[in-house]
Amino acid sequence: MPLPAFQDLAPIYPEIFLALASMALLMIGVFSRDEDNPSVSWIAIAILVATGALIAGQDAGARELFDGAFLADDFGRFMKLLILAGAALAIILSFDYLKTAKILKFEFPVLVLLSTLGMLLLASANNLISLYLALELQSLALYVLASFRRDAVLSSEAGLKYFVLGALSSGMLLYGCSLIYGYTGTVGFEGIAAVLENTDRSVGLVFGLVFVLAGVAFKLSAVPFHMWTPDVYQGAPTPVTAFFASAPKVAAFAMLIRIVQEAFPAIAEDWRQIIIAISVASMVLGAFAAIGQTNIKRLMAYSSIGHVGYAMVGLAAGTPSGVQGVMIYLAIYIVMTLGAFACILAMRRGDSDVEEIAELNGLSRNQPMLAFMLTVLLFSMAGIPPLAGFFAKFYVFLAAIEAELFWLAVIGVVTSVVSAFYYLAIIARMYFQEPAADFEPMTAKVRFVLGLTGIITLFLFIPIQFLVTAAETAAGSLF
Amino acid sequence: MEIGLSHYLSVGAILFTIGVFGIFLNRKNVIVILMSVELMLLAVNINMVAFSSFLGDLTGQIFALLILTVAAAEAAIGLAIIVVYFRNRGSIAVDDINMMKG
Repeated sequence: MPLPAFQDLAPIYPEIFLALASMALLMIGVFSRDEDNPSVSWIAIAILVATGALIAGQDAGARELFDGAFLADDFGRFMKLLILAGAALAIILSFDYLKTAKILKFEFPVLVLLSTLGMLLLASANNLISLYLALELQSLALYVLASFRRDAVLSSEAGLKYFVLGALSSGMLLYGCSLIYGYTGTVGFEGIAAVLENTDRSVGLVFGLVFVLAGVAFKLSAVPFHMWTPDVYQGAPTPVTAFFASAPKVAAFAMLIRIVQEAFPAIAEDWRQIIIAISVASMVLGAFAAIGQTNIKRLMAYSSIGHVGYAMVGLAAGTPSGVQGVMIYLAIYIVMTLGAFACILAMRRGDSDVEEIAELNGLSRNQPMLAFMLTVLLFSMAGIPPLAGFFAKFYVFLAAIEAELFWLAVIGVVTSVVSAFYYLAIIARMYFQEPAADFEPMTAKVRFVLGLTGIITLFLFIPIQFLVTAAETAAGSLF
Repeated sequence: MEIGLSHYLSVGAILFTIGVFGIFLNRKNVIVILMSVELMLLAVNINMVAFSSFLGDLTGQIFALLILTVAAAEAAIGLAIIVVYFRNRGSIAVDDINMMKG
């Protein structure tokens, strides 16, 4: 097979650019005199924006590269733009935190860029080998990011836990890959789908699929593989947690959707049962386990477990409109979650972070704007119309009802009501309790992210049709 | 006795199970967890190479080579995190990794 000419590599230009740019950035960081230089982070944001522009500028339609290992299609592009947006906003949130924690090192943006590169490749991975390598590129950088605050015991413990469970999940995913390869004789997703079209499924193959789904559920922090989530969210530095809660979730969903829809459409009945079980368990645990939490980062961890469950409702439907619902959900979810983490980053007193929910008491009197924005975001997460979160849930539940999964939609609505309890409890604290001591004023960058996400959450109902159409086109490229 | 594919797969499955149990049942030392992870990945490699040879298809062996590379990188990062943790906590006993609960 001859090597492709450089102009034939056009579908992978954005990833090549990101890889070269992040290595160049590493060199800039190493050779610049100033150890804690924020300009490296600004360059990283510019790189992410440029990569996004390259992706947005690609021609519509699907193109394969490297013998089918890499597939650039509308679905992948939609997911990649979400990932880049999440990563860029997480870097913006990181400046002030890293500065006060005295860990404003150039490695931080470089690691974010490398893990983002892994996520982009993951969204385009079209065979088991490229899927595994992309996943590891993402995970290895994320392990380091979790323990980035290396003088803090909680951060290094978070990194250790994330590493051990992440390595376990990679092992399970790989074992599944080996079984799938063995029982179909191919690693390409189209090849696997073609084999399954013509032959009956074997037990070994279903075993492989279960292992792969278990590995993916780990990465998604879906029940019953969610144990690491609260600890890692609590222990990791807050901007890193914001990053964990946004971009890697999108990438893992992209991987999950590609595996089940491209490689295993022929045995949809088998995987749909697993997805439904994971989805119900995640929704229920996310709703009930968050009630007793006192640390806001742990609460967000359980909240994110619940959101993963809701998003999976759309995938359980197994229809194009279901995948469309998942994509709309993810787009709205990363906006809400980054906004919520901007609020958490605004909870500072002196030089230390405040993470107890009780510290939010009476916030509406001290900082009415922050309290209002957090209220909007929490109402949106609870799914109250006309905020963005309502539309997210609306489209996934609609897809479930169209697929005649009525009881799944009912469970989704009931758990939404239960989770509304703890969101509303925070809002009640902010408006009806006696004020606690005041927080430091918000920094400009946090205010920017909070304003942006808050405005999107508030007014998304006006241009919602654009998002719906974009997700429809993107989801259509898979079917 | 002819040694066939199922024998290799059994070895792979047993090693993989030992690896998984090593992670969950081990109460002593985090290094042992790292070894268990390696054991899991090597069990996968046995599977890959056995399937590759049985199918007469090279892809599995290439996959196995890539897994070896990634496993090395993973071990390096894991050890680095363990060193950082030890500096903060003065111990790498599994029972001591309990600052966060709930």
